[in-house]
Amino acid sequence: MDHANLLRPADEAELAVLVAEAAGSGRSLELIGKATKRGLGRPVASEAMVDLSCLTGVIDYSPEELVLTARPGTPLSEIEATVGAASQMLAFEPPDFGPLYGGVAGAGTLGGTLACNLSGPRRLKAGAARDHFLGFRAVNGRGEAFKAGGKVVKNVTGYDLCKVIAGSYGTLVALTEVTIKVLPAPEATMTLCLMGLAPDAAMTVLGMALASPHEISAAAYTPAEITTDLTPLGASACAAIRIEGVAPSVKARALALRDLLGKQGEVSSIEGEVARRFWIALRDVAPFACHNEPLWRLSVPPAVGAKAQARLIEAMPGARLYHDWGGGLIWLIAPSAKDAAATAVRGALAGLGGHATLVRAPLEARAHGPVFEPQEPALDALSRRLKASFDPRAIFNRGRMYEGV
Amino acid sequence: MIVTLGRPSDGGHALKMPEPDSRIIAERRGLVAALRSVAGTEAVIDDATSLRVFECDGLSAYRQLPLAVVLPRSTAEVSAVLKLCAERGVKIVPRGAGTGLSGGALPLADGVTVGVSRLNRILEIDYANRCVVTQPGVANLALSHAVSAAGFYYAPDPSSQVACSIGGNVAENSGGVHSLKYGLTSNNLLGVEMVLIGGDVVRVGSKAFEAPGYDFLGLITGSEGLLGVITEVTVRIVPKPETARALLIGFPSNEAGGLCVARIIGGGIIPAGLEMMDRPAIHAAEAFCHAGYPMDVEALLICELDGPPVEVDHLVGMVKEIAEGCGANSLHISTSEAERLRFWLGRKSAFAATARIAPDYYVMDGTIPRRRLPEVLRRIGDLSRSFNLPVANVFHAGDGNLHPLIMYDANKPGELARTEALGTEILKLCVEVGGVLTGEHGVGVEKRDLMPTMFDETDLNQQQRVKCAFDPEGLLNPGKVFPTLRRCAELGHMHVHHGQTPFPDLPRF
Ligand SMILES: Cc1cc2nc3c(=O)[nH]c(=O)nc-3n(C[C@H](O)[C@H](O)[C@H](O)COP(=O)(O)OP(=O)(O)OC[C@H]3O[C@@H](n4cnc5c(N)ncnc54)[C@H](O)[C@@H]3O)c2cc1C
Repeated sequence: MDHANLLRPADEAELAVLVAEAAGSGRSLELIGKATKRGLGRPVASEAMVDLSCLTGVIDYSPEELVLTARPGTPLSEIEATVGAASQMLAFEPPDFGPLYGGVAGAGTLGGTLACNLSGPRRLKAGAARDHFLGFRAVNGRGEAFKAGGKVVKNVTGYDLCKVIAGSYGTLVALTEVTIKVLPAPEATMTLCLMGLAPDAAMTVLGMALASPHEISAAAYTPAEITTDLTPLGASACAAIRIEGVAPSVKARALALRDLLGKQGEVSSIEGEVARRFWIALRDVAPFACHNEPLWRLSVPPAVGAKAQARLIEAMPGARLYHDWGGGLIWLIAPSAKDAAATAVRGALAGLGGHATLVRAPLEARAHGPVFEPQEPALDALSRRLKASFDPRAIFNRGRMYEGV
Repeated sequence: MIVTLGRPSDGGHALKMPEPDSRIIAERRGLVAALRSVAGTEAVIDDATSLRVFECDGLSAYRQLPLAVVLPRSTAEVSAVLKLCAERGVKIVPRGAGTGLSGGALPLADGVTVGVSRLNRILEIDYANRCVVTQPGVANLALSHAVSAAGFYYAPDPSSQVACSIGGNVAENSGGVHSLKYGLTSNNLLGVEMVLIGGDVVRVGSKAFEAPGYDFLGLITGSEGLLGVITEVTVRIVPKPETARALLIGFPSNEAGGLCVARIIGGGIIPAGLEMMDRPAIHAAEAFCHAGYPMDVEALLICELDGPPVEVDHLVGMVKEIAEGCGANSLHISTSEAERLRFWLGRKSAFAATARIAPDYYVMDGTIPRRRLPEVLRRIGDLSRSFNLPVANVFHAGDGNLHPLIMYDANKPGELARTEALGTEILKLCVEVGGVLTGEHGVGVEKRDLMPTMFDETDLNQQQRVKCAFDPEGLLNPGKVFPTLRRCAELGHMHVHHGQTPFPDLPRF
């Protein structure tokens, strides 16, 4: 990374010293891993940049304990290879947003993924990154090294600080060691596709599947042009339902689901490499990687997925989108507008009980409009006090989430 | 600053609580009148007889009459009560059903206990979004009952689920025997409404999967009533599995049982439940409820598998093979629902069974890395002998959460003190082998003074600073979780250079 003041601490002790110095002088720092997601959030004006990518390596991994401890600069690809060799996985299906921001695939770090709380399609069954984050060591904004959580899967000793660190975008602490929960990878998987359904009908189908006992591990809805690009199923909208598990179970549940949903539309399926790539593409927002328009991520109650879509299209006729998480997640390319379409997007969501994040937009737009949904005054005040409790002089990633935070 | 809390007749170790503020106690009548004016006359309890009901939670060795109890009927009333108390500098102790096992709801002599038992309505069942919105005083099991006819349930199932409140579950991040596969409270929670100490009402989370900003929902979960009073909860509900079967497997040693657990999980199987009992626990349970447990084994494993019948049968076969490979000397597989429930009967009544063979028992709750189980059980056995107190162990084996039950007789002078000393040694052992002080029951007052075995001063100061962000005056449930109370001003001290502070508009603490 090119920054006039680039600092590369080799270990926690060095990091603590440099943070303490910065805290003393009030010098603001931008924290980066491999900087693959630097475009996510409000731009940070900093006096120095701290590259944490030297803090690497798996420290402890015992598959039968379901726990892995690593330094946060370890590339996610390395972590996934390590657990994959023991037939395990990070169940929250972390996305790789490198290409989304014009970078290469496979570069992102474990720490960056946790700091942004990024989760893929399996989130609807297995939970988010934060649900798998068990413990950490870190340096706070006072330059103090400390720890929280534990190295076992079940622990309620003290506050669950992992939760606020996940999704804090580097605004609270610089992580130096993380412990995460890992789970067995499924032996078999199968994706059923209900073709040609309108959004309303598609959401109903996804809802029916999710209300069934068949343990759906992903449920998405892609428009015709995305289905064509990602599958051999042709130019037709696709309500995709993934099941995973031991082979006989997957087979039986696929049959049961065909029975359950067959009346709703034509059922196709994808398997193997095609299905794997399909879900990776949705996970990484690959269909919208090569666009210049603003990219939004909308989190809504799943049952309003179709209604949200209708409102968004009405407000922005040129918008393109797809649904994940059973309708609860919408990825949206909005036609360029002065405010990156913030008014239109947030207006369309009003009253639906969801919120919107501007995931990719030119620096200008991210600097001047709220990237993250603005919060109620009481919550906003609490956020500022929480920030100050870790980082009293606001030296870490200042302004990344909200002005001053 | 610290005084000893008076305790009846038991002779256990003296628990130090923050010194009661005599000014507050002297103004009790005025406070009660003011509370009545905001919450209604009968919502405020102040006579000694009625207050007795609230003097302890499930950790009944510690008792204290509260200054007063308020049982509000709405969020607005909770807010008014908290505002009033904050203005007067009066401490608050939130309370659910009072089943907590770590003294989290233990009253304070100069504090108002705010009970949510009258906030007991389920507000909305939303099948389309697969969630339930409820007031915090509703019992855990009542949620599952409410959605059962539609084929759903609320997954976290603490053994106390008939009684414990969903608000208390959130405050403790409670788990149950099915948490291995279905998660703890935090993994099944979508949102809460919470009243902050000054009376502000905040909503975090919603029916959507994710919320903007810092994850306050996650932070509040398991915060033991130290950050606010939870007045509404939104939880996920999940479809009931089609079927469930259990294996009851006996082993000639704890090592063999532990190995079997490791191989099941290492082999890629996450059972719905995976529970282990040691010899004393097996014998106590069998004598109590005649579940048909084998008596000639050292360790007994209950492994439950749920899902579609083909999957369950398939996995039952795999587990059977693994168990045989680990030297199981007794193996039964349930062939009917009645038999499955019978396998569970002994485990589920292990606490009650212990209560029958000993006048009193004390439940511990630590988590250990599972691979250390045989060693930990051996060392607990050594400790049990040297303290001359029997210990039975039940173990959520899948996630390493160990519940040693220490049997004692409170009427024998010194036995409670010895029991607590043994308990302390057991929890220190859990931390020593890489585990933690509590897996699901919380720190409360019980493990408060052991926190330094797991966390150093810097770690604890950071936690307390987070507390200060919510409660700068330290009025919410003080004396719990943290061994040393620090003033927020002292914790927040930072050198200010050139007279500049980063957030001029923020209160400094
Ligand atoms: C026989 C028995 C078996 C048990 N089995 C299990 C088990 O299997 N798994 C398990 O995890 N636990 C178990 N427990 C412990 C206990 O039931 C749980 O901790 C439960 O969640 C406590 O709920 P409660 O409503 O009784 O809370 P309380 O005991 O009233 O309070 C517990 C804590 O939560 C706080 N609190 C309560 N309500 C609120 C609120 N609305 N807002 C803010 N703070 C609040 C209190 O201040 C206190 O710190 C068991 C207890 C018993 C007696």
